[in-house]
Amino acid sequence: MIAIDGVGKWYGPVQVLKGCTTQVSKGEVVVVCGPSGSGKSTLIKTVNALEPFQEGAISVDGIALKDKRTDLPKLRARVGMVFQHFELFPHLSITDNLTLAQCKVLKRPREEARTRGLKLLERVGLSAHAQKFPGQLSGGQQQRVAIARALSMDPIVMLFDEPTSALDPEMVGEVLDVMVQLAREGMTMMCVTHEMGFARKVANRVIFMDRGEIVEDAQKEEFFGQPRSPRAQQFLSKILAH
Amino acid sequence: MNYNWNWGIFFEPSPEGVGTYADMLLSGLGWTLATALCSWIIAFSLGSLIGVMRTMPSPVAQAVGTSYVELFRNIPLLVQMFLWFYVLPEMVPEVIGTWLKQLPNASFYTAVICLGFFTASRVAEQVRAGIQSLPRGQRAAAIALGLNTWQTYRYVLLPIAYRVILPPMTSEFLNNLKNTSVALTIGLLELTARARSMQEFSSQVFESFTAATIIYLLISLTVVMLAGALERRVAVPGSR
Ligand SMILES: Nc1ncnc2c1ncn2[C@@H]1O[C@H](COP(=O)(O)OP(=O)(O)OP(=O)(O)O)[C@@H](O)[C@H]1O
Ligand SMILES: [Mg+2]
Repeated sequence: MIAIDGVGKWYGPVQVLKGCTTQVSKGEVVVVCGPSGSGKSTLIKTVNALEPFQEGAISVDGIALKDKRTDLPKLRARVGMVFQHFELFPHLSITDNLTLAQCKVLKRPREEARTRGLKLLERVGLSAHAQKFPGQLSGGQQQRVAIARALSMDPIVMLFDEPTSALDPEMVGEVLDVMVQLAREGMTMMCVTHEMGFARKVANRVIFMDRGEIVEDAQKEEFFGQPRSPRAQQFLSKILAH
Repeated sequence: MNYNWNWGIFFEPSPEGVGTYADMLLSGLGWTLATALCSWIIAFSLGSLIGVMRTMPSPVAQAVGTSYVELFRNIPLLVQMFLWFYVLPEMVPEVIGTWLKQLPNASFYTAVICLGFFTASRVAEQVRAGIQSLPRGQRAAAIALGLNTWQTYRYVLLPIAYRVILPPMTSEFLNNLKNTSVALTIGLLELTARARSMQEFSSQVFESFTAATIIYLLISLTVVMLAGALERRVAVPGSR
C-alpha cells in the first residue's frame, strides 16, 4: 500500500531523513516511534507529499509521488491524515468541517456528504455536537471529529502524527479507542505515537527512528521482546518506565 | 480676533449659481464617498491577491508580491497621485495620452486607481500578516484533505484570516477614506476641496472647516459602528 524507498530529505544543509526504507501493506498497522526531532513527523508527511523529499521514492497504492503526472490533491484525498493539534477549521461548524472536502474535492452532493459526515460523527460518538463549532469542543472531542473528517473521504490509508500527545491525559483513551476500533476493522494505518499500549494492542509492526534514520523495523512481538539496537532498547526502557 | 461668525452661511447661495453652500459641501461628500468606495474595491481585491501571493510557496509569487508592496507603500501618496495624473499620460502612446487627458471626470478615475493601488499595498500587508498568524497546521490539514491551493485559500485560510484582521482592515478603510482628500491636488472636487472653496468665497473659514471636520467624523464613526456590527456577525462561536 505504502512503499518508502531510500528516502532522503534536507532542510537546507541539515539532513533530516536518511535512506529511509519501509513499507506498509494493506490492512497493516505500523507504529512509528523515536525521540523528539528524529524525523517521525517529517517521514509521515512525505507519504502524502505534504513535505517534499530530495532523494529516493515513495509510492501509495502503486502511484509514485515523484511522477510528474501524479495528481497530488487527488492522491491526498485518498490518504487520511490526523494531526497532533487536530487542525479542525475553526470558522466552520462540525458538520461543515466534515463536508467541506467531500463537496469540494470529491464533488459529492451536499446531502450525500452530510449523511456520510453525520454517520461518521455518530461512529466517533459525537452526533450531539454536529451544529457546534470546534472551539466549543474539548481536545479529545476535536480529535475524534478530525478522525471522522479524514474518514469522510473514504481513505485507503490513515496517517496519524502523535494524535494524542496534545491531549489532557483523561482524553487520550477516547481517541485511542476510536483508533483501535479503526485498526480492528482492517484500516491500513501508519501512526506516529508513543502510546505503547496502543502499539501492543493493535500494531503489526513497530518502526523506531533516530536522527533521521529507521534504526529498527520489526514485528511487534520482536520489538517489545528484544529490540536489536541499543538505542531502541534505551528509548523503550525510558518510555515504558513512565 | 475680529471674526464675523455666521452659521447661516450654509443656507446662502453658493457662487456656483445653483444651490447653497450646504449643497456644495454635500456634493463634495458625494465625491469623497464615491472615491473611497470605488478605490476600496480595488484595494481590497488587489490587496488580497498580493497578500496571498506573499504567503504562497512559489518564490516567484512571493517576489512579485513583495515588489508590489515595497513599491506602492514607499512612494508618498501625493507623488503617486501626480505620477498617475500628470506623468502617465505623457508616457503612453500619444493617442492614449490625449484620450486620457480629455476623459470627463479624469481626476475621479485617477484618484480611484491611485488610491486603490496605494491602499492595496497596505491591505496586502494585513492579509499576509493574517494568514501568517494562523497555525501552520491549518494549511497542511486543508492540503491533506485534497483541497488545491486555490480552495485552501478560498475556504480555509482567507475566511479565518479576514476575521483576524477585521480591526486593522477597518483602520485601513478609514485611512483610505481620509486619503481621498489628497485628490484635491489633481482637481477632484471632494469634501476638503469644497470646504476650501467655501472658505475662499465666503471667508467663513471656521464654519467651512468645522462642517468638513464634522462630516468626516460622522462618516468615520458610522464606519466604525458598521465594522463592529460586521465583527459580531461573523464571530465564530466558541472562539475567544
Ligand atoms: N520547517 C523546518 N525547517 C527546518 N528544520 C525543520 C523543519 N521542520 C522540522 N525540522 C527539523 O527536522 C528534524 C525532524 O523533525 P520532525 O518534526 O520530523 O521530528 P519528530 O520526530 O516528529 O519530533 P517530535 O517528536 O518532536 O515531533 C528536527 O531536527 C527538526 O528540527
Ligand atoms: Mg513530530
